[in-house]
Amino acid sequence: MMEFETLQIFWFVTVGFFLAGYAILDGFDLGVGIMHLLVAKTDHERRITMNSIGPLWDGNEVWLVVFGGALFAAFPEAYATAFSMFYLPLHLVLFGLIFRAVSLEFRSKSDNPLWRKAWDVGFFMASTVTTFIFGVAVGGSIQGLPIDERFIFRGELLDLLQPYGLMVGTMAVATFAMHGTIYLYLKTEGELQERAHHWMWRTFGFFLVAYLLTTIATFQVAPHATQNFKEYPIAWVIVLLNVLAIANIPRAIHLGRPGYAFLSSCCTIAALATLFGAALFPNLILTTLADGKSLTIYNASSSHGTLHLMQIIAFIGAPLVLTYTCIIYWVFRGKVELGHNSY
Amino acid sequence: MELDVLLLSRLQFAFTIMFHYIFPPLSIGLGLLLVMMEGMFLKTRDPQYEAMARFWTRVFAVNFAMGVASGIVMEFEFGTNWAAYSRYVGDVFGSALAAEGLFAFFLESGFLAVLVFGWDRVGPKMHFFSTLMVSLGSIFSSVWIIIANSWQQTPAGYHIVNGPNGPRAEILDFWAMVFNPSTVDRLTHTLLGAFILGAFFVMSISAYYIIKERHLDFAKRSFKIALALGTTSSLLIAVSGHSNANMVAENQPAKLAAFEGHFHTGEGGSPLYIIGWPDEEAQEVRYGVAIPGMLSFLVHGDFETPIKGLDQIPDEDEPPVFLPFMTYHVMIALGMFFIGLTLLSCFFLWRGTLFEKRWLLWAHVFAVVGPYIANQAGWVSAEVGRQPFIVYGHLRTSDGLSEAVVAEHVLTSIIMFGLIYAMLFAVWVWVLNHKIQHGPEPAVSAAPHGGAPISGGKDLLVATADLTRPGKGHSLSGIRDEDATREEE
Repeated sequence: MMEFETLQIFWFVTVGFFLAGYAILDGFDLGVGIMHLLVAKTDHERRITMNSIGPLWDGNEVWLVVFGGALFAAFPEAYATAFSMFYLPLHLVLFGLIFRAVSLEFRSKSDNPLWRKAWDVGFFMASTVTTFIFGVAVGGSIQGLPIDERFIFRGELLDLLQPYGLMVGTMAVATFAMHGTIYLYLKTEGELQERAHHWMWRTFGFFLVAYLLTTIATFQVAPHATQNFKEYPIAWVIVLLNVLAIANIPRAIHLGRPGYAFLSSCCTIAALATLFGAALFPNLILTTLADGKSLTIYNASSSHGTLHLMQIIAFIGAPLVLTYTCIIYWVFRGKVELGHNSY
Repeated sequence: MELDVLLLSRLQFAFTIMFHYIFPPLSIGLGLLLVMMEGMFLKTRDPQYEAMARFWTRVFAVNFAMGVASGIVMEFEFGTNWAAYSRYVGDVFGSALAAEGLFAFFLESGFLAVLVFGWDRVGPKMHFFSTLMVSLGSIFSSVWIIIANSWQQTPAGYHIVNGPNGPRAEILDFWAMVFNPSTVDRLTHTLLGAFILGAFFVMSISAYYIIKERHLDFAKRSFKIALALGTTSSLLIAVSGHSNANMVAENQPAKLAAFEGHFHTGEGGSPLYIIGWPDEEAQEVRYGVAIPGMLSFLVHGDFETPIKGLDQIPDEDEPPVFLPFMTYHVMIALGMFFIGLTLLSCFFLWRGTLFEKRWLLWAHVFAVVGPYIANQAGWVSAEVGRQPFIVYGHLRTSDGLSEAVVAEHVLTSIIMFGLIYAMLFAVWVWVLNHKIQHGPEPAVSAAPHGGAPISGGKDLLVATADLTRPGKGHSLSGIRDEDATREEE
């Protein structure tokens, strides 16, 4: 059995891995939802965009479920504090995810243009709101929240909606919009692909501006976020990789290599998630109250025995999950083709 | 009116879990039937079985999506509404939930993609494998959540320690936690309940087709496969139910007393109420029809030993009686009805007159409501019967709430859930009806591509053919014809 502290770090990394996996995988689903009204114009194009994520979004959403389950199991105190604190925003996320699912599922069930238009807008709204709230939650955790010494949130709804949080929310929308557009460029052909190409540049610009502003704001609002970088200068490697990945996106677009651009966009999100982790560590939720107590991986975790047990479960489960995720992505590789089983 | 966070949170949980539980049992039951149908296709290569698997897969997919969408809510709600409970059980419950996600959800949602979208992308064997994995995945997911719920009913393999935020339960023995006294009984019962629902669902739609004289061959074969599963499961669930009641008698006497409206321990054998109307004020069952000594016989095997009544339970630990009693009795009555209906249908099937008995077919069309009610009623009795505890004997439901949440927020979310779920339910019924009215595609003899996966290029032709005929885009036979023509060329 590993040392308790080592296991706590292992689970911090693992929970982060699930979050990053969710952001990368469902990120392009949400991005497609954010962008589809702009990129796809005709009904046929809308169907192509929806079917580009058709077989995949459901499995991608499971990453969120597993992230939630892993957080619940490894750091129950953090799960309980965060989820009860973000009560209304998380319910909005739930409604968003429900709407996304049913928009995809039900859109093609009738030929009525109004029916289809309604689900198109629903798909867009659901994806955008969900992404935005995820960003706001990330911003809140970086900036800190009023948590008392018993880990109970002592603030108001408005404490969750700080300008910094809203900024991170906007950046999340920009990131996924870019990610989704690159994905569409990868999965489509002809005129639709042309339009995706066009929007790829714009969303990249949007992302770049949001990224720079958020970086500057982070230094202003959350100076503690850079503490780990002072203590462990090796963490600057992540920043470097992040910048390289971002710079590689326009290069790959310019070279006309969508797969490469998509990979860079995935790496960008992975690096952003790692930066988020590096800024937090070893905290999970930071308190802003003088007499409060921050939740850390040491005081919010499950017992030594449970962390060990779950490590075994994860080591058995992970290879299985990776195997069939690869199978599914292999089966549905290539450009989108509409058939009689499509949405 | 004073808004009470406890009452509102309980209402919200009851509403969202009951709405969610409309869908998973059908996924489990129908999933097993899909495996049976597609297995028959692989064995016989009879295209009718393929047509069956394809049609029921489409119904399955819609149902599954509803289950996923309403299921994520449940995982979030533990944290949003029941934070204190989550802190208390996280060490035990969380690992089961994480295992569920890792082992079950990835499996079912991944292979579901192949099941629904992969008919023309993979060969029949790979497709069958995917169906099998989806079915297994849906069964696995019930395994882990029932382990977690059973632990709340009959905790085992844990100890209580002082956590960072007061006392909490921590795992001592994983396998003792997994195989706590009620897991096996409750899992068996839940799965059988799901199989019955799947079977009655398929029988209902098939019976409707037979009455309307549509898709006759398809409907009769579907009906027979479902009847086989339905009859077996209905008989087995009676055995499982008896075993469950004994398990409850041993581990949760207060709950059994609530189920049976057993207010007073009394002397001698305890009666078993067939029907009745429990009056909690007067501490008696009104208008009851009871078999004297029968409850003692079922639990102890003799008619003399009294069963512990609610009078022996401390007042503050007493569960409500009316709701558990009613739901428990409704479930049992429906269980008897399932046995009667399926056995009768088997008898007429054996006589060869089943599909001429219109009254019986009509009974099957409506009987599908039965398993839906029975599954819900069973869970209501199990969960309300555990009250006032959220973890039996350890944590009271009133102590499990989120401190940070105020009543107005819960009320807001309840209203939102009410609106969204009402809309979802309406759309679901509409889509289901649409699919039923549309019916299965006619079976095509000797599939043109003999099981080999179609190349991407040909798929594109299929798509083009599909697009050139708007409105008729989903006609499978049309596409097949088109496909065959291309092949000849």
